[in-house]
Amino acid sequence: MIFTIAAKELRSLFISPLAWVILGFLQLIMAWMFLSRLDAFLGVQSQLMALPAPPGLTEVIVAPVFGATALLLLLAVPLLSMRLMAEERRNQTISLLLSAPVSMTEIVLGKFLGLLLFLLLLVGLLGLMGASLYAGGSLDLGLLLANLLGLALMAASFAAVGLFLSCLTQQPVVAAIGGFGVLLGLWLVNMSTADPDSPLHLLSLLKHFEAFNKGLVDTADLAYFLLLIAAFLALSIRRLDGDRLRG
Amino acid sequence: MADPALTISAQGLSRSFGARWAVRDVTLELKRGEVLGFLGPNGAGKTTTMQMLTGNLAPSAGSVSICGVDLLDAPKQAKARLGYLPEVPPLYKELTVTEYLRLAARLHRLPKVQVQAAVDLAMERCGLLPMAKRLIGSLSKGYQQRVGIAQAVVHQPDVVILDEPTVGLDPNQIREIRALIRELGRDHSVILSTHILPEVESVCDRVQIMNEGRMVYSDTIAALKEARDARGLVVGLRRPPAVGELAAIPGVAKVAPLSEHLFRLALQEAPDPTDALVERSVRLNWGLVQLSPAQTSLEDVFVQLTQREETAP
Repeated sequence: MIFTIAAKELRSLFISPLAWVILGFLQLIMAWMFLSRLDAFLGVQSQLMALPAPPGLTEVIVAPVFGATALLLLLAVPLLSMRLMAEERRNQTISLLLSAPVSMTEIVLGKFLGLLLFLLLLVGLLGLMGASLYAGGSLDLGLLLANLLGLALMAASFAAVGLFLSCLTQQPVVAAIGGFGVLLGLWLVNMSTADPDSPLHLLSLLKHFEAFNKGLVDTADLAYFLLLIAAFLALSIRRLDGDRLRG
Repeated sequence: MADPALTISAQGLSRSFGARWAVRDVTLELKRGEVLGFLGPNGAGKTTTMQMLTGNLAPSAGSVSICGVDLLDAPKQAKARLGYLPEVPPLYKELTVTEYLRLAARLHRLPKVQVQAAVDLAMERCGLLPMAKRLIGSLSKGYQQRVGIAQAVVHQPDVVILDEPTVGLDPNQIREIRALIRELGRDHSVILSTHILPEVESVCDRVQIMNEGRMVYSDTIAALKEARDARGLVVGLRRPPAVGELAAIPGVAKVAPLSEHLFRLALQEAPDPTDALVERSVRLNWGLVQLSPAQTSLEDVFVQLTQREETAP
């Protein structure tokens, strides 16, 4: 049942021009960043060779591009997630799901999975771009995989937050702006503190992503992302159930 | 409760929004193969009741069971036997008719191998075959309404609940939809909510009228038609006596209570019981508030019940 709903979501995404536009633009920007980093790398390659432990292709090109893509996703995901529930409620199509023998959990997980598959496609395309460097050099596969995992977890967290915001309102635009606000808040929450031991660092999305970006897969960071996803999905389910109870 | 012929049984259904009771203590039963007309003025609580029957809204009190399965205890099993067309058909405009009906069939847990056959059958019954590949958003309102009905019947549910299915259609389409509902009534149970009274008389077996959140009338169309021919009186009494006392008045053939305070008296040819009735009402302090010739049509019943409520105690 989850997969039926996910497949429908994915289909609706690909029918709407918005998804194609976002997919196209992100791909364009990622490719442009990728090529400009590659260009810079080729320019300084000879000097780098002189260093005792020169940074590799992956470190110089792939990691920064992934870092920048995470920020792009922060802008793009709320636009993709905004209509998940908000539009269903506004068009009153939600009653098809509610009167079908499907639980709230299945509805929420199906919607989440649909969006996640779309985002994984995006992340996968970026991975292919990185892998293309194999054609002319050697890659640090561990670093590339850590970055892919980090970006996928990040995208999933964005999707969960966006989905929850979409459950709160009937207006897709409100859901998009709300989702953008929450994500940016989570991204920058530790900006205000200079203290390196401040607990705010624990909340920051950026801080946890940085570890993956450096090639470090830490269970603490994994747990952070998984908890964040689970928490927002649970909140979404509760919120939908509340609708049925309170009306 | 365990009556196998009962497809839907709602007991003491109530729902409040804040301090306001939208539906109070509604009891509703439907047998297999029956079409129930569900009437009431706007804001009477019809849609709320239907949302509770279909699990879209949780009742504040009361219980619903579909074919003996409790909707609150086992929502999935119960909902699998339900088809629901809400007031606004829940259509995904970006899908084609076939895609949408396939989705509806899958959501109702139809096995994959049966989906295509079920979708074809539903499209045929609702006259949608020529539109199978069209986007729902590009269809006219009448066809969209049919897609909504097809969605409600695609999984062959035991109970079909239709909320104002003929709103906004042209007269030809209304006739077609009515014929479809009659056909559905043969092997499904149907609850039909509407404002159009002739529709109820032509399509339904039984009628229930709601007003201000309460069920105020329930009778079969056959009884209604029978009453049309008989001479009768409708009597409203603030403090009604036992039915037997009313029946004892000379000239009264039969007494049928319509609600707590309203009675329909079937009359004999002679004598006219009106004088005796008024005299007894005054003497025995029954508190006569209404005395009128018996309603002959559903419309009369409807108007009488939904307007009288204000003056009745």
